[in-house]
Amino acid sequence: MSLEKINKIRGKGVFVTGDDIDTDRIIPARFMKCITFDDLGQYAFYDVRFNDKNESLNHPLDLHRSSTILISGSNFGCGSSREHAPQALYHWGIRAIIAESFAEIFFGNCTTLGIPCIATKQAKEIALYIEENPTKEILIDIENKKISIEEKSFNFEIPETTRRALIDGEWDPIALLLESKEEIKKLEESLKL
Amino acid sequence: MAKNTLFNKIWDSHIVKTLKNGQTQIFIDLQFLHEVTSPQAFGMLRTLNLKVAYPNRNFATVDHIIPTDNFARPFKDPLAEKMIAEIEKNCKENNIKYFGTDTGEQGIVHIIGPERGLTQPGMIIVCGDSHTATHGAFGSLAFGIGTSQVRNVLATQTLAFNPLKIRRINVEGKLKKGVYAKDVILHIIRLLGVNGGIGYGYEYGGSTIDNMTMDERMTICNMSIEGGARIGYINPDQTTFDYLKDRDYAPKGQDWEKAVAKWESFASGNDAVYDDIVNIKAEDIKPMLTWGITPEQAIAIDENIPERNAQTAEALDYMMLESSKPLKGQKIDIVFIGSCTNGRLSDFEEIAKYIKGKKIAKGIRALVVPGSMQVKREAEKLGLDKIFIEAGFEWREGGCSMCLAMNADKLIGDQLCASTSNRNFKGRQGSPRGRTILMSPLTAAATALTGKISDPLEIF
Repeated sequence: MSLEKINKIRGKGVFVTGDDIDTDRIIPARFMKCITFDDLGQYAFYDVRFNDKNESLNHPLDLHRSSTILISGSNFGCGSSREHAPQALYHWGIRAIIAESFAEIFFGNCTTLGIPCIATKQAKEIALYIEENPTKEILIDIENKKISIEEKSFNFEIPETTRRALIDGEWDPIALLLESKEEIKKLEESLKL
Repeated sequence: MAKNTLFNKIWDSHIVKTLKNGQTQIFIDLQFLHEVTSPQAFGMLRTLNLKVAYPNRNFATVDHIIPTDNFARPFKDPLAEKMIAEIEKNCKENNIKYFGTDTGEQGIVHIIGPERGLTQPGMIIVCGDSHTATHGAFGSLAFGIGTSQVRNVLATQTLAFNPLKIRRINVEGKLKKGVYAKDVILHIIRLLGVNGGIGYGYEYGGSTIDNMTMDERMTICNMSIEGGARIGYINPDQTTFDYLKDRDYAPKGQDWEKAVAKWESFASGNDAVYDDIVNIKAEDIKPMLTWGITPEQAIAIDENIPERNAQTAEALDYMMLESSKPLKGQKIDIVFIGSCTNGRLSDFEEIAKYIKGKKIAKGIRALVVPGSMQVKREAEKLGLDKIFIEAGFEWREGGCSMCLAMNADKLIGDQLCASTSNRNFKGRQGSPRGRTILMSPLTAAATALTGKISDPLEIF
């Protein structure tokens, strides 16, 4: 199974304001009554995009429909482990997320789908700039841990294992895991009473 | 890095190998499956033409979507019916043990694992559910995973993972009357924050924790993720072994002694080194309430709601609460007692003692939802169902119910709910404007009787 090597990501940004944005907010539980992820895109952030009467609230995601890089605050993706959350964002069209920090399960779920989670203390600075200049293209360079928007540039940190998984095209580890059948069998035996 | 902790010992004994990308491939002893986060994983297996590698290390049930008022099939909600049919089919096709609604063993996945004796010390346990840390109460490493990882475990019984730092949280002393495990964990989350645990596993210990029952320990570990910690655990001891003895899947006969000796060996050593240590005095903990939209936005019941500022405004507006005023006395609409946090027999036994012969306030709705069919049976054997029903509570079948409202139990409009569940996020309980105040079962029971947020010590 060969996966795309994810090294440079280009796209316009969209700022979803707030800290501690949880996965119930990203995809309300009532939309998880499904057996595939394919239709989830339309429900991303549903309850902040629409009011009780299903009228649009002109959420930034709708105002900047073609944006593919989501920018937010700290502890993004906290709460439930539902992969429905990154899947909804992916099917909406999001291909990378820049935030001050990420909740761990969400971070891992995104990485496995090939959505890089870019943590930087300057996320708010980037967000403010993008709000004023929504048509400017953002370039995320995973290999060199750098975000560029025209002449501006920002550094970010990313765990080395994640950086390598993305640029080597091994962000979904299933193929690597399947290679160890014999070792797994031996260990499984050794763990029995 | 931490040394000679339970985490280190279990981790080291479960390493398959170091992967090319630097991650560790670890063996998973046990995976629990439920209907919401597993169907896509089975779908992916089919697409990749992969088989379930170790069917006997996977166990399934149905909890999130189940209508707790009526288990009769087909369910009224066709989407719920479709999801239960899917997990039944997947388990049958793949020879996975399924605790269905007709077995008497169905319930919330984090309640039935321990109940059946499947959850054991020294194990690595996963589930596509963030409250999997509940199982850490038994001295296991248990954590929530996404659906692609559920697929990985089905296909290989392993995961790619990175080691965690370990924070020891000592709670010492005797809890005051009216203060419960739920108050302890809400106190801890308030202290350390909802993102304080990122990168950490939490080891809970100290005399307060040592003296807790397994049910109470599960309540503590359950909410580790609300503090940002992916896992939370308590070292196994005699309380753990006594709980497990003679349960369905616990080792029997000679194997029992062998198992206990092995389990004891996993406990953190006296010379264990931690990445961080936090000390908490039990006497400082009071009945807790959340006032906002994250579990760290909590106060003791005798405190005022914080003042309005840039950090509190969003939560105050959403919750429609006034700053700098007491939360005690606030009128509520609904009381929900249940969930994987507080849906166990001892939760119901404790509150039944206090509400016996009393009535809930007029105009409110109150639900008591057992976490499993076994909890329900045992409670009914003790006559607790009658006490609740006579007091005006609804008494239900086992399931997640109003904790996350993927079923018929939901808040309506901006209803305010006194809830023993684990999350007070915006919209969590089913209505986009619904409001949740988290608390212990006894505080919820006191609140049900008065219709207003109430201090159990003043009511009972």
